[in-house]
Amino acid sequence: MAGTWVYAETVEGTPKPIALELLTKARSLGEPTAIALGPGALKAAEALGRYGAKKVYVHEDPAFVEVLASPAVDLLARLIEQEHPDLVLFGMTYEGRDVAARLSARLGTALIANATDITRKDGGLAVVTPVFGGSMLVTTAPRAKAPTLVLLRPKAVTAEPAGSSGAPSLETLSDPVDTGKPGARVLRREKEKASGPRLEDAAVIVSGGRGLGAPENFKMLDELAAELGAAVGASRAVVDAGWKPYAFQIGQTGKTVKPTVYIALGISGAMQHTVGMKGAKTIIAINKDPEAPIFKMADLGVVGDVHKIVPQLIQEVRARKGK
Amino acid sequence: MKPAMNVLVCVKQIPDPNTPGKLDPRTKRLVREGDLVLDPGDEHAVEAGLQLVEKDAGEVTLVSMGPPRALEAIRRGLAMGAHRGILVTDPELENSDALSTARAIAGAIKGQQFDLIICGTESTDGSSGAVPAQLAELLGWPLLSFAKKLEVANGKATIDRQTDEGYDVVEAPLPAVVTVTGGINEARYPALRGIMQAKNKEVKQLALAEIKLDGQVGKAALTQEVVEVAPAEARKAGEVIEDKGDGAKRVADFLKDLKVI
Repeated sequence: MAGTWVYAETVEGTPKPIALELLTKARSLGEPTAIALGPGALKAAEALGRYGAKKVYVHEDPAFVEVLASPAVDLLARLIEQEHPDLVLFGMTYEGRDVAARLSARLGTALIANATDITRKDGGLAVVTPVFGGSMLVTTAPRAKAPTLVLLRPKAVTAEPAGSSGAPSLETLSDPVDTGKPGARVLRREKEKASGPRLEDAAVIVSGGRGLGAPENFKMLDELAAELGAAVGASRAVVDAGWKPYAFQIGQTGKTVKPTVYIALGISGAMQHTVGMKGAKTIIAINKDPEAPIFKMADLGVVGDVHKIVPQLIQEVRARKGK
Repeated sequence: MKPAMNVLVCVKQIPDPNTPGKLDPRTKRLVREGDLVLDPGDEHAVEAGLQLVEKDAGEVTLVSMGPPRALEAIRRGLAMGAHRGILVTDPELENSDALSTARAIAGAIKGQQFDLIICGTESTDGSSGAVPAQLAELLGWPLLSFAKKLEVANGKATIDRQTDEGYDVVEAPLPAVVTVTGGINEARYPALRGIMQAKNKEVKQLALAEIKLDGQVGKAALTQEVVEVAPAEARKAGEVIEDKGDGAKRVADFLKDLKVI
């Protein structure tokens, strides 16, 4: 039986952006059912309905946020056995990845990760995933019993509210959550401070790579970003080296961004990075290596020394703003 | 004396990520040239395992599934200091998907007692990151994922787990599966002495028949199939100029055209 489900991550009663992106995609595949778990799930249901969920399962037990993955897997496995959806969509997020992968092992079903598109075709499913930094697209078809589990990359779809509105039908679950099993328990949550716009929302991003030479050189990026009202990002090399916290990382293992303008400074353009930023409307790159792959995708590339050009650029920007 | 820790680290041999792959226009298959290496992400997992057993006591076992040449990747981990290896290798396992891989690893370690299994968060070539969670599910163990810090004490593992906003402190009883990010440590470079010693360390090779998973792994159990490979619409390269002192001005002009300033 066909049925398209969405594992809708919420936070304090609000759907995460990925949940709305998943629903937008799910609408093109059937009449979506959403599953929202944890405190605030009920409050989030209305917004999920606006983005196309016809039915929402909610379970407000705090165990869903206090214990990683396992309680959600238990509940999903039970609901799937009962209702037989043929497709369950998850976000390629920390939570979505753990839940979907455990569930695939529990059920013995296909898990297709890193998807950017899904279509129904001749009664089957076709799932598109980018490889080699997005230079090529692979289409995969499931060959296992239903349901197929798909992890969709954030920002692969632009979230849009459904045209026809109507409150979704609600099914509130309250069956006990088994917390007796050995599980991974969250003891506390730490937030790292950030200033300026969030990377995910920023219209302009100034991003730095290994070519900056040293962590203290990120100061000039902060300065440039402040002048442009931009967010600061970083490549994996720089994050792995400990120059910037992980929250700054853009790419395969970091964030996917789609700004209007992306300024890559001292970034060579490894596939690992470009998969996270190739959706930018305009790309500007400065790098001393004329062979750097980033120049193959930049709208404007400058072969030169970032240490010289960036301070000059800050002055040029200030001068133009002064006029 | 503290009880010895028995750590298993999952490793994978991948094409050198610095050599990009390409599409064979005739066969429409992905071809990759260049060297095969131990996945750089796995080096951090090996390092994390070594640090644990060096702090207390114990041994690190490496496990990999792959063709016979994947032995080289295991040897690299042994040269870093791991104690022994297991290689699951069988022609029937070629092109296995993640679930098959997880089942094969679970099968290969059946009957052995490990306190902790450490993996990279995802392979650098496949990037699905599914195997560790699948392995945890098959074993019925908790999964501590995306660790940028790992501590083990009093029968529990505690990690700093990366989040979008910062990190969560997460704890699980042993045995558990942990995935580590590149930020968790600086992986050591094998010393010559380690490379020499690695040659004499035991690597057990297991064929499919020995892990008794007929029909559950490899070609017989594929959950998915690639039906098409096509080039993506490429971004067109724009103008590339050399900085002759006017680079910054050109960028500022462009930003003005784009109405950023």
